[in-house]
Amino acid sequence: MADPPLLSLQAVAKSFGGVRAVTDISFDVHAGESVGLVGPNGAGKTTLFNCVCGQLRYDHGEILFQGLSLQGWPTYKRARMGIGRTYQKVEIFTDMSVREHLLVAERARRGEGRLWRDLLNMSAPLRSELDNIEAIMELVGISALADTSVNALGLGHCRLVELARALAGQPKILLADEPSSGLDVRETAEVAKVLRTVQRERGTALLLVEHDLSMVGEVVDRTVVMDLGSMLATGTFNEVMDNPAVRQAYLGQMGAA
Amino acid sequence: MEQFLGFALPGIPYGCTYAIVAVGLVLTYQATGVFNFAFGAQAFAAAFVFTILTQNEHWSGFPAFVVTVLVMSPLVGLAFDRLLFRHIPNSNSMAKLVCSLCLFVGIPSLMTVIFGSQNLDATATIFPFFNPNVVYFTLFDTPINGIYLSTITVTIVVLVALTVLLRFTNLGLQMRGAVESRRLVQLDGVNSGGVVALAWVISSFMAGLAGVLLAPIYGNFQATDYAALMVAAIAAAAWGLLRSIPIATGVGVLMGVISTILQGYLPTSSLLFSAVIPALPFFFLVAALLILPGMRTLDLSRDPLSTIDPPPPPTAAMSRTPQMDRLIKRAWWVLLAVFCVSMLTWIPTTWEGVFNAGLALSTVLLSITLITGMAGQLSLCQATLAGVGAFTAAQLAIHLGLNMIVGGLVGAALAAAVAVVLALLSLRLRGLGLALMTLAAALLFDSTFFNAVSISGGTPGLNLKAEWLGTSAFFSFNGHVLFVLCMAVLTICVAVVLLVRKGTVGRNLAAMRGSEMAAAGLGINPTWQRIIVFALAGALAGFGGVLVTIQQQVASPNAWNTDYSLVFIVLVVTTGVATVEGAIQAGIGYYVVTQILTYLPSRLGGSSLVIVLFAFGALQYARHPEGVLEYQKRRSTQRFERLLFSRHADPVGAPLSTSTADG
Repeated sequence: MADPPLLSLQAVAKSFGGVRAVTDISFDVHAGESVGLVGPNGAGKTTLFNCVCGQLRYDHGEILFQGLSLQGWPTYKRARMGIGRTYQKVEIFTDMSVREHLLVAERARRGEGRLWRDLLNMSAPLRSELDNIEAIMELVGISALADTSVNALGLGHCRLVELARALAGQPKILLADEPSSGLDVRETAEVAKVLRTVQRERGTALLLVEHDLSMVGEVVDRTVVMDLGSMLATGTFNEVMDNPAVRQAYLGQMGAA
Repeated sequence: MEQFLGFALPGIPYGCTYAIVAVGLVLTYQATGVFNFAFGAQAFAAAFVFTILTQNEHWSGFPAFVVTVLVMSPLVGLAFDRLLFRHIPNSNSMAKLVCSLCLFVGIPSLMTVIFGSQNLDATATIFPFFNPNVVYFTLFDTPINGIYLSTITVTIVVLVALTVLLRFTNLGLQMRGAVESRRLVQLDGVNSGGVVALAWVISSFMAGLAGVLLAPIYGNFQATDYAALMVAAIAAAAWGLLRSIPIATGVGVLMGVISTILQGYLPTSSLLFSAVIPALPFFFLVAALLILPGMRTLDLSRDPLSTIDPPPPPTAAMSRTPQMDRLIKRAWWVLLAVFCVSMLTWIPTTWEGVFNAGLALSTVLLSITLITGMAGQLSLCQATLAGVGAFTAAQLAIHLGLNMIVGGLVGAALAAAVAVVLALLSLRLRGLGLALMTLAAALLFDSTFFNAVSISGGTPGLNLKAEWLGTSAFFSFNGHVLFVLCMAVLTICVAVVLLVRKGTVGRNLAAMRGSEMAAAGLGINPTWQRIIVFALAGALAGFGGVLVTIQQQVASPNAWNTDYSLVFIVLVVTTGVATVEGAIQAGIGYYVVTQILTYLPSRLGGSSLVIVLFAFGALQYARHPEGVLEYQKRRSTQRFERLLFSRHADPVGAPLSTSTADG
């Protein structure tokens, strides 16, 4: 009998007023699996991410994580359960150094933040925390920037910081929303390499939204294609790319022909 | 039915006065992106000058109208834009809010400083069509005079004109575009600077018009009349989500009508009459904040080019070299030791009182460092929370004979509880929405609890008795002992703030300040963090209030009203809201400057000039959000570093540099 899925989306739907952003989406992601979620702009990919993370409430259907329904769970509790995320528009904490970003994530994962510990001056970073942070910075390749304020970083490095911060939470699944957006070819290759390593060496499941199809093909085991809020196709990357409906959605009539 | 209409009709012109100002707020917000707290102050200034010209200088109404409404008011608006608001990026809603608060606090005081205290009785009218002293007709037993007709006519004209301007003209379209992003509109070939300046000119003209028009309604008017008017107008504008002129007008008129209906039906001696009617705008405002989802995202920046804004500059403490850091820390310790020894030995009694008052106030101001500096939220009720602490301690002393210090701890706990309730009420509100919610709470306390003689002692307040501080000599009103007490409390409070800032809660708050969505996505519970910081700030303010009360020997509602909440923000912003020394410098600086100004001629002395100095100092927030004193500290530190260590300091305002950064 196959393992139960880590994340299971069952007929999920979300509307904004009269606009159906996501309609009847169902697919599973298993532990350690890497799934690509692709589709043209406006397909509903980020909306689906927001539903999974709790930043939006879904109208219909069900989202299960490790068999538990996520309905009604706030974002922070889903994060502590093991759902990590990066954002399409980089969301960093201005005024903080790279190391501080990761320390915040490391502590947040365990739900720490007790006031009395702060007041008794017991909140200094522990050796184990610093070691974890160092390991993640090493993995992502930003160790040299550890004490740099993110205010001084370019977009490429900020995306890596965001990725490292998400990994510092030790997620069971990482939802990466267009991680190569705004990056050049070399930086995109770096991000792809990190994602592969995280998935294969750490066993973190990956749900990747990406427009760079070559990166998707390189990183994912399976691909889900969305268009206009609906699921268009699912299968291996090559299978879905050969699907005429997918080519139609991406390239229009000419591409389909 | 006739009786009902007889009560309702007089409310229409009153409602129209709310509506005119509400429409002015909507126009300013729609056209400039600034929620202009200063609108009422601008209206007051225009009415002030108009009345001086007509009353003292004996001008006739029309030339006075031309000078004040057509010339002075638009020029003031132009100055606001050119000197202040155009330097604030679209995305920095906090800076826009703080600057408008500074103007709100500073302008009435500036009028007093320039013209002295005046007894203004506005009788002149600017409308030759309707004589204010003539009753034109009677409707349901209500005499309709020229003032009422003028108010209603002008409201209709303004409503139609602004709706046409914003909805149906190219200029209106450009104004709405410039609010989203001045820079983006510029890329489309629009002179966005000119468009926004014109918007300020029009909105200031509106303020002047409203001020001059409404003055005869008040008769012997004061700045507080316009401040009260602003509250009702804010509530009306909030119901229109600061966008809809018709809804803002409708709600404004409705509030006026409900107010006069309640006045008609409620017995004048009842508690409901004295408590509910003044608090009516508060209920409207809170309802709008709680019910309307649009209030939650009111001032979220939508400027697509906001990413090109430079990062905020580092504080002086963060940007100095380790050598300089050591030097400054030692200098601070020496200064502190000299100060303590001086206070306990040779400082004259007058100045001892000044410094003690400053130290006590600093404890209250530290609460602003927590909420605004660390959590990035604007609370406009910190003086109210200080008052909660002060009156609780005083009442416990009166009724239970509890020592003020012990009672102060209870008061701090109660202030923290009030702050937590506020935090829970405003869980979904940010920025402007939160500021308005806290403002509403402050106004509610002003008109209810602080107004009740049984709680606050009424206008004279509750005078302190020596036995309230214990029977031992230690708690007598000796300046030296009070200094020790103030220093001890302030030291504990500073330690609390510093420990929280460098601890996990402080990091979580900093993360939420950067991106609340991302912070929650990591597992940080934003609700809990917000409750913690509000509770802590409430406790600090509450105990600080007790300390100030002990120093002043009276717990007076006048010391803790909404005006002071706004003044406190202005004080801390002037010196530096992000650092604890900013709060201490603000507290001591306020009383030191006040004391120095007592040596000036009496007209310039008093609190007006102090408030003007701080308010206009705080306007530097537009260019230096870290505080003008903090900015000067960083510059001086860099100069000293160059001098002492031959260090080539980074240019002022540059981000923290790194050799590995590619930005």
